[in-house]
Amino acid sequence: MQAMSVQRKKIHPHKYSLWIAMGSISMMFIGFTSAYVVKRAQANWLAFELPHIFWISTAVILISSVTIQMAVKQFKERNMKRYKQLITLTAVLGVIFAAFQCAGFAQMSDRGLPLSGPVSASFIYVIVGMHMLHVLGGVVALLIMFGRAFRTRVRVYSAVPIEVASLYWHFVDALWIYLLIFLSIAR
Amino acid sequence: MSNEATLHSHQHEVTHGTVAHDDHGNGHHEHHEDSFISKYVFSMDHKMIAKQFLITGIIWAIIGAAFSVIFRLQLAFPDTSFPFLETILGHWAKGGHITPEAYYALVTMHGTILVFFVLTAGLSGTFSNLLIPLQVGARDMASPFMNMLSYWFFFLASLVMVASLFVQTGPASGGWTAYPPLSALGDASIGSKIGMDLWLTSMALFVVSQLLGGLNYISTILNMRTKGMSMTKIPLTIWSFFFTAVLGVLSFPVLLSGFILLLFDRHAGTSFYLSELFVAGKALSNEGGSAILYQHLFWFLGHPEVYIIILPAMGMVSEVLAVNSRKPIFGYLAMVGSLFAIAILAFLVWAHHMFVTGLNPFLGAFFVLLTLLIAVPSAIKVFNWLTTIWKGNIRFTPAALFGIGFVSTFISGGLTGIWLGNSSIDIHLHDTYFVIAHFHIVMGVSAFFGMFAGIYHWYPKMYSRYMNNTLGYIHFWITLVGAYCIFWPMHYEGMAGMPRRYFDYSNWESFKQFVELNKFISIVVLIVFATQLLFVFNFFYSIFKGRKLTTTNPWNATTLEWTTPIHPGHGNWPGEIPEVHRWAYDYSKDGHDFIPQTVPVSPDESKH
Repeated sequence: MQAMSVQRKKIHPHKYSLWIAMGSISMMFIGFTSAYVVKRAQANWLAFELPHIFWISTAVILISSVTIQMAVKQFKERNMKRYKQLITLTAVLGVIFAAFQCAGFAQMSDRGLPLSGPVSASFIYVIVGMHMLHVLGGVVALLIMFGRAFRTRVRVYSAVPIEVASLYWHFVDALWIYLLIFLSIAR
Repeated sequence: MSNEATLHSHQHEVTHGTVAHDDHGNGHHEHHEDSFISKYVFSMDHKMIAKQFLITGIIWAIIGAAFSVIFRLQLAFPDTSFPFLETILGHWAKGGHITPEAYYALVTMHGTILVFFVLTAGLSGTFSNLLIPLQVGARDMASPFMNMLSYWFFFLASLVMVASLFVQTGPASGGWTAYPPLSALGDASIGSKIGMDLWLTSMALFVVSQLLGGLNYISTILNMRTKGMSMTKIPLTIWSFFFTAVLGVLSFPVLLSGFILLLFDRHAGTSFYLSELFVAGKALSNEGGSAILYQHLFWFLGHPEVYIIILPAMGMVSEVLAVNSRKPIFGYLAMVGSLFAIAILAFLVWAHHMFVTGLNPFLGAFFVLLTLLIAVPSAIKVFNWLTTIWKGNIRFTPAALFGIGFVSTFISGGLTGIWLGNSSIDIHLHDTYFVIAHFHIVMGVSAFFGMFAGIYHWYPKMYSRYMNNTLGYIHFWITLVGAYCIFWPMHYEGMAGMPRRYFDYSNWESFKQFVELNKFISIVVLIVFATQLLFVFNFFYSIFKGRKLTTTNPWNATTLEWTTPIHPGHGNWPGEIPEVHRWAYDYSKDGHDFIPQTVPVSPDESKH
């Protein structure tokens, strides 16, 4: 992609687009959670406790936010080796997070709360599952960054791509915290 | 930059195709020819993407309108056989009569195609792409790559939707709103089988396309404006595209979440929308779902969607009317303010589509109030359009006529909105032809008029040629008169209680009075449809044979797009991007017919 010149040196347009995209993604989850609220107010709502493993996955995604922030710092200091290690670690943590979420689904299923069970359980599967997809999207972005870091012919000195990736990563992290709090309180 | 210099550098420009310029105009140009693929197919040039959106939209419009012609034939002549229908629809029209299933499929697809594929993608996709970079003074969108993806996701969505027309059980047929349980249960109707899945897939792709496009529009408008182009100096077109994009970015994801839940209900056995249902005498296991929940999620998009359709038309009409009446737009800030008010209110009125679903009447009262409030910014806009052309030196170009026609249909369609917005009157009028008349005039016809105004006005910028004026005038007058002849009588049918979406009314004694009226409407539909084909002919003929553009600024307009060369390359301006010194509406000022935005303000100039 050719770099179109930025006419006013403010926030980078890609970063700006990401902020808008985050608003857009938030709206989707607001849609889900408000549907949850509407549905919960109706009859036959079955309340149950969230799988405990979700708390472990929360810890994992929080740590991954720290590692990606460190990766940005290493990139800016041109410690490319450390940078590659850190984004790999972040991506792995992302996959582990997804795995824990799936384990949470399995726990729910064992407790007699399958996807096609009570609506309150179905909501957990769909909302948590959609969030997981967004995390995995971030993992794909990190893999692309990883591939770029290994190119020898073209060296990238712009920190914008990794900054955009880390911003997104923090966003899905914050989104998860919101969902966890929401789903714990509005049972 | 003088005209001559522009034209001269244009000579230089065409030989080099895509050139990325830097801000200073002294950059080294990359000399390379574009291949056919990168120039016409996977183009990242916003102008080419705009044309792709427009032509895809035109093809969809022909398909969608042809569907309406077919079901209008059924409504007017339920007993007459049309053998050609069997030729094109096969077993869906045995013996020249379309089947009820085909009728519902046609109605559903007509709505889906016109609302989403034509008036959303074809309208804002075309003109946001074409005008945003040109009018704010940018080389291209913030991310040309995402912009290209936006078109190709739309194209994929189109392919899937077209494919759904050809599956054995037919396309989705439960109405364009896809309400469950009809849309959630494959056994509920034949249109709820694979056709519904393809519909949902197509719409999901469509949402992705809209989001990619919308992100870019907002980001470009806020970040890529040229020097001097403050937010109060941008033309109203750009303001309208901005609010359109904001509405789309915030409301389409909610629609997507509604669709995702629907997909789970269809295929994973969940019960978000399904509850205590019997299909073919068998009880389903689903319990605890709420079909109303879907309506909330759907209309939370669905209502902003109508403004997504109408706002770009409003913006373009503002621009076209100001240019062609040689007068500054009346009340620029009021216009921006009312766009803003409409955008806010758009999110607060969705339940007025649901007055008769058993919504709490107390809650309904709030939605009535908020709905009626929309009349205020709408009236401000209408007043400003009228005062803009008032005593103007109007040039009745086809674009200007369509602009004036837009104001007319927006008024007459908007007024019936005040009826429908009242929950008590809505109890009588909901789901009747009155509703059809209302939204077709205010949203369908008006948006089309805005789109036509835009196409006639910016055609020289797109194709460096003019469209044929005579055909344009014929197109306008028949369409205007025809639109009123089609939709005005529907108000009377609706007031008499004639319901929408019925296949055949001949069994009802009370609607027999409308037999001749229905014939009249359908015959006008045929004439208007033929006239639209005339427009399509004019459009494609003029691409190749239209009168050539000889000046960069054919309408003597002030805005930046007319400072680009006749054949602008990728990057729009061959040299530096011009600096902007004034707002976009300095017409008939201090003895000048118009003063372009690029002219510095002289000290002895009067204030606008």
